[in-house]
Amino acid sequence: MESGLLDPSLYSVKAILILDNDGNRLITKYYDEAFPTVKEQKDFEKNLFNKTHRANAEIIMFEGLTCVYKSNVDLFFYVIGSSQENELILASVLSALYDAISQILRKNVEKRSLLDNLDVIFLAIDEICDGGIILEVDTASIVQKVALRSDDIPLGEQTVTQVLQSAKEQIKWSLLK
Amino acid sequence: MPMHAVELLGQRNGAGLVFNNNLKNAHASTRQKEEEEGGGNPYHHLEKSAVLQEARSFNETPINPRRCGHILTKVLYLINQGEQLGSMEATEAFFAMTKLFQSKDATLRRLVYLGIKEMSTIAQDVIIVTSSLMKDMTGKEDQFRGPAIRALCSITDHTMLQSIERYMKQAIVDKVHAVSSAALVSSLHLSNASKGSQEVVKRWVNEAQEAVSSDNLLVQYHALGLLYHIRKHDKLAVNKLVMKFSKHSLKSPYAYCLLIRIASKLLDEEEAGTNSPLFDFIENCLRNKNEIVIYEAAHAIVNLRHTSAKELTPAVSVLQLFCSSPKPTLRFAAVRTLNKVAMKHPAAVTACNLDLESLITDTNRSIATLAITTLLKTGSESSVDRLMKQISSFMSEISDEFKIVVVQAIQSLCMKFPRKHNVMMNFLSSILRDEGGFEYKKAIVDSIITIIEENAEAKEAGLAHLCEFIEDCEHTVLATRILHLLGSEGPRTPTPSKYIRFIYNRVILENPAVRAAAVTALAKFGAHCDELLPSCSVLLERCLLDSDDEVRDRATFYVSVLKQKQKSLNLAYILNGLQVSVVGLERALHHYTLEPSDHAFDMKSVPLATQPLVDQKAGREARDMNVSKPAEKVAQSRQDVFAEQLHAVPEFANLGNLFKSSSLPVELTESETEYVVQCVKHTFANYVVFQFDCTNTLNDQVLENVTVYMDPPDGFEVLKYIPCPSLPYNKAGTTYTLVHLPEDPTQVSGSFSCTLKFLVKDCDPNTGEPDEDGYDDEYVLEDVDLTVADHVQRVMKPNFGASWEDVGPENELEDTYALSRMKSVEEAVKTIMTAMGLQPCERSDKVPEGKNSHTLFLAGIFRGGHDVLVRSKLAMTDDGINMQLTCRSTDPHVAEIFATAFDD
Repeated sequence: MESGLLDPSLYSVKAILILDNDGNRLITKYYDEAFPTVKEQKDFEKNLFNKTHRANAEIIMFEGLTCVYKSNVDLFFYVIGSSQENELILASVLSALYDAISQILRKNVEKRSLLDNLDVIFLAIDEICDGGIILEVDTASIVQKVALRSDDIPLGEQTVTQVLQSAKEQIKWSLLK
Repeated sequence: MPMHAVELLGQRNGAGLVFNNNLKNAHASTRQKEEEEGGGNPYHHLEKSAVLQEARSFNETPINPRRCGHILTKVLYLINQGEQLGSMEATEAFFAMTKLFQSKDATLRRLVYLGIKEMSTIAQDVIIVTSSLMKDMTGKEDQFRGPAIRALCSITDHTMLQSIERYMKQAIVDKVHAVSSAALVSSLHLSNASKGSQEVVKRWVNEAQEAVSSDNLLVQYHALGLLYHIRKHDKLAVNKLVMKFSKHSLKSPYAYCLLIRIASKLLDEEEAGTNSPLFDFIENCLRNKNEIVIYEAAHAIVNLRHTSAKELTPAVSVLQLFCSSPKPTLRFAAVRTLNKVAMKHPAAVTACNLDLESLITDTNRSIATLAITTLLKTGSESSVDRLMKQISSFMSEISDEFKIVVVQAIQSLCMKFPRKHNVMMNFLSSILRDEGGFEYKKAIVDSIITIIEENAEAKEAGLAHLCEFIEDCEHTVLATRILHLLGSEGPRTPTPSKYIRFIYNRVILENPAVRAAAVTALAKFGAHCDELLPSCSVLLERCLLDSDDEVRDRATFYVSVLKQKQKSLNLAYILNGLQVSVVGLERALHHYTLEPSDHAFDMKSVPLATQPLVDQKAGREARDMNVSKPAEKVAQSRQDVFAEQLHAVPEFANLGNLFKSSSLPVELTESETEYVVQCVKHTFANYVVFQFDCTNTLNDQVLENVTVYMDPPDGFEVLKYIPCPSLPYNKAGTTYTLVHLPEDPTQVSGSFSCTLKFLVKDCDPNTGEPDEDGYDDEYVLEDVDLTVADHVQRVMKPNFGASWEDVGPENELEDTYALSRMKSVEEAVKTIMTAMGLQPCERSDKVPEGKNSHTLFLAGIFRGGHDVLVRSKLAMTDDGINMQLTCRSTDPHVAEIFATAFDD
């Protein structure tokens, strides 16, 4: 029997996956060499999806890994760790991931809207976990760190200084050419 | 004729038109389908080359942040989809990307950081962005600083790390949490990546220490992680670290979890008892406010190597509370840990039985299954019926994987409560009828077979269920296995005739492999039961015209053997299986074909198969721990390995075939002494070779010309010593001693005193270079005993009674003994088995509980190829065990050896 204790380390997340409702990958981050090739990764994703897409049961032991998951409309979110990992820690990462994305997408947690905001979602995942180490689990600070696009604000709502600033910039570049 | 042609043409054209139309439709529909598949995914049809082409527009000025951001996202998406970028492609894209530093757009900048991290390992010359990143890292924009540090460290190696060391140290203690965390986490990555960086990071220990007292939860966690990483090889420092932070209460639950893990690792390494302050700390964490910490502490206590049931109690009661949590993850974690407790301390979990039972109906099937298997481990005999009912209600809903877990749990339960075999056998047979994959069915069949083997009462019911199963079994492997079992067990049941129909049905309906197995099974019934012989012969004769060679050959062979009506032929060719080792047989046959000779191939020249070392009881325990399989394989091939090794020594070339190698090596020294010597005995027809495996544990000595001198008892004669030329520090070497066995065939046992003799040369411990001169020395070893068991090979006789009659009473010897030292029948059985080295038959090594008398059947082959059978009747009396020992053998001397084996 393998030892029940993990070596104390900060590396607790093995992978974060977001799949669509056909089990295709939308965003996946693998943080160790558990699945070294893309093919192995995709096979794992397919099998995991087949096991989990029907029953929304939140947690499963799969291929010797602990997977916590959550789904909404046509999206499936997974956080994967070692079978010895504290399940609650993984669950806290999952809920941070889900809540942050939900806030970024203004509660429209579905594939279309996720793809429209893919850049920010990439940044959010980067803020949650860095190379397998949990970086931040507080939803508010994750969102605050990534939701910074100024050009999202329609022209009418921009302040005068902002408009002037961007105009200046434009002129500067055209002169430099 | 032309008319015809035109018509044909027309037709053909028409057909062509239709075909074209079809093609168009097909095109349209695939396009439609693609669109559906794309599901409006703007990234669906990205082409790598097109995207990389687009990425060139990063070089344009002014930068359009929106457009460039979109293109960069596409690149990231492609990499994320598993698209491989070549080094050239990546480098080009990377350099284009560096231009984007000119834009101040926050999102774009952050995407560039991501891009740098993704490409840091593929592109070349990535260090080009170092200065840009350093500027961001120390700049005014706080939101850039953290991510910039992380990106920078992904392109930094230890030589460059020196130059940014100052900034990293500052960043670690920065008041902006994101910056501090980024610096700590990146330091850890760097330190894991290379030894050089590790040395640099070590110098940041003071900064890390300061960061632990941060009021941000994650910073504290990261700082503690880095601190531990730096100090983890210094046990004392780690101990101090735990003691310090366990008192000064941490804020971060994650940091707590880490500290608990460090503490429990220390506890396990130190083998410290539960009175250690470390354990107190973990136990205190059970009263933490945060669930994560409470669970981590409970998990740690359960997994500690030295915990008694008493210390488990608080952890178990915490887990019990979690069982009724509304969160599935918490319930899962709790029941999984309880399951673990149940493996070692089932009694400790009994208190949770009610909570576990309510989890059986949990919507999460994993939780339900874990609950069931835990209950099966802790349940009492009275609750078995209720449990089985509950299991069957949800069996159809869970996956095969979990079903197998349940089946195995039921099997072990059946071992625990043999009286309940009825309920469980019925359950197993009913799930055997349900749908399921091969692995699942195999697990059920395995379980039923194990239960049959362990519990004689369950035999008939079990066989009946298996018969029913093979009536409709699509798995050839399982069908042949069951037919083999029927062949060996069926004939000895009270009504063997009822199995014939099931077996013969297979002959009619199945594929060749199953038919062949069925034919063999039929022949066994015919050979064993006289009253069934005529009908079995008739059935076998019908197989003579089978379409498959193997089936036909088997049938022909069995029919002619059965016709002879000779018990001994039946025994040798039908009932007893092949007794030689398959590897040995292969080698002997190969050898035979290489050297053409006029003599027929002699089966006696093939070494016998060694029975697996582990006796049944040990095997069962091992199986529980899932380790028995590899162990058995090793045991079976061990003798073949020895045979090859001995064959390679020229002096042993004409000793004949290796008959037996003793199973476990005997230690002739204490394990902690200067020289460690183990002995293995190899028995040949007239010789014994003692193999001494020696290890020199002194690093300042080299031993040369190492031999083991033996002082043999009367009658034995030492013929030759094969020395080990050189024995350097910590490398195992082997020396052999060849002994001729006495002429008197009954003199087989004795004690040999042994001395290790060698030439010592001192040497430099570092280089291993020995001095030129040495001196002779010797070292007294413990005695080696040669026993009866060394001369005999275990052989399984599937039908002991028939073999007993076959050997006959000519050389029978009988004696009665009073074994006063034995306390129980089991103990006597074990002692007799080890003393004689014979194979227990008919599972007679298993003594039914509570019985005062027992009969043990043992069989084997004595060196030289003589069968030996021993029947030992044991009875418990007030002052020990009385034994009546009866030995039969094909050789009178052998019978005498075994009848007198207990004289001393």
